[in-house]
Amino acid sequence: MIQFMLDIWNLFPDWSQIAMINIGKIVLILVPLLLSVAYLTYAERKIIGYMQVRIGPNRVGPKGWLQPIADAGKLLFKEIIIPTQASRYLFVFAPILAFAPALAAWAVIPFTDKMWLTNIDAGLLYILALTSMTVYGVIIAGWASNSKYAFLGSLRSAAQIVAYEIAMGFALVGVLMAAGSLNLREIVLAQSGGPHQWYLLPLFPLFLVYLISGVAETNRSPFDVAEGESEIVAGFHVEYSGMTFAIFFLAEYANMILISALCAIMFLGGWLSPFEGILPAKILAVPVIGTVLGNGVHWLLLKMSFILFCFLWFRATFPRYRYDQIMRLGWKVFIPVTLVWIGVMGGVMFLTPWGFIFH
Amino acid sequence: MLKTFKRYLDTFLLYELLKGLMVTGRHLFMRKFTVQYPEEKTPISPRFRGLHALRRYPNGEERCIACKLCEAVCPAAAITIESEVRADGTRRTTRYDIDLFKCIYCGFCEESCPVDSIVETRFFEFHFENRGENVIHKEQLLAIGDKYEKQLAEDRAMDAKYR
Repeated sequence: MIQFMLDIWNLFPDWSQIAMINIGKIVLILVPLLLSVAYLTYAERKIIGYMQVRIGPNRVGPKGWLQPIADAGKLLFKEIIIPTQASRYLFVFAPILAFAPALAAWAVIPFTDKMWLTNIDAGLLYILALTSMTVYGVIIAGWASNSKYAFLGSLRSAAQIVAYEIAMGFALVGVLMAAGSLNLREIVLAQSGGPHQWYLLPLFPLFLVYLISGVAETNRSPFDVAEGESEIVAGFHVEYSGMTFAIFFLAEYANMILISALCAIMFLGGWLSPFEGILPAKILAVPVIGTVLGNGVHWLLLKMSFILFCFLWFRATFPRYRYDQIMRLGWKVFIPVTLVWIGVMGGVMFLTPWGFIFH
Repeated sequence: MLKTFKRYLDTFLLYELLKGLMVTGRHLFMRKFTVQYPEEKTPISPRFRGLHALRRYPNGEERCIACKLCEAVCPAAAITIESEVRADGTRRTTRYDIDLFKCIYCGFCEESCPVDSIVETRFFEFHFENRGENVIHKEQLLAIGDKYEKQLAEDRAMDAKYR
């Protein structure tokens, strides 16, 4: 049987075998990603509910577990209303443009030492390029809607994303200096040797800047002026309904997951176990305990979940920033802080004997 | 100098934001107070103002004497009354309509009524399925009153010393 299947497999030409393997890998990444996007919305409603001393959704299915499925089903069957005088093609194209980069960026995320879709040398650059693509979706959505609220929301969002993009980029420059590589796998490997080697500690200010810019970048509360419902209804996606709206929704949550994955990889040591270098190698060699406590994809997922939880926690805690305060924080606080820290890092690394702090 | 330094330190270490996060973090583990509505219900006061009813005397005679005080006091003008003099010389209503869409459930009709005829029950889970069902008529009101008479009498008795 196995031989038979192998024979069929070998009938395909080489290029199609490679294509099929890669498509298989893409499916393996995207299906869990979309599922976790769906359940992130459920987690958000549940966690924020709990923080507000209420229960949250608990009617659909046991404990409300089927709630995201019901939501998706509802949105799927709703009518897509295209406003009069809206630019039809751009209107439909915008959600796709917002969603695609959030998925495409996963191509270079390394899940473990040996698991990834692609392992390109300029991975970090690719990520930076793709995450800044999201803003086009937002701008085009606001423009194509032919509505002043949508337009205002998209302008706000564009200015905000551009401002925080810079701080975010600088924070990643710090990581790049410390790791000496743009390759995400090598960035993680440069952090191996125990939790004190993770860039969380030596690059702590950059970590904070990255995390906060990440929140701002994804237009999440407390930086959600782009869709501030008390001011401009829902911002850039007021005119969207049904599946087009659902895609924007997916894009926001997919971006959150992406940012948390990047945060885990850049600053929290990716798939590296926090027990590495602390527990003796003997314990890590024991079959089951060793796999759980040793390096592995579960640590990456755990770190990502923690950062995602922080995103939801922030939303439950902080009131929305005023627009000019967002701009002030981005341009006048984060960019100087990151610049100074990069300067300090460079100075310490090349001029003093304490360069080992940053590796 | 030291104060300025401390202020900067607090700002950069996000001290106050962390304090805020601690508050919501504590609330995450608090006991939840949500009442699971259709299965659990909160206790209802005897003064609760729900669906309206017209009451009768124990001998079966309807209480309402068509004085139209409720119609006059109703701030939403939801009540419409028509009356006639009956063969035995008493004045009774021929029509007593309440438009439940207009009604704001203020309870003024109940308070103005000299004979405790128009009352509001504890029942609040009603709905309409067709246009026009929002206006309820005298027969329906009397039927509601008959249905909840025991509860209504108890509630009036409980509240009697405050009225």
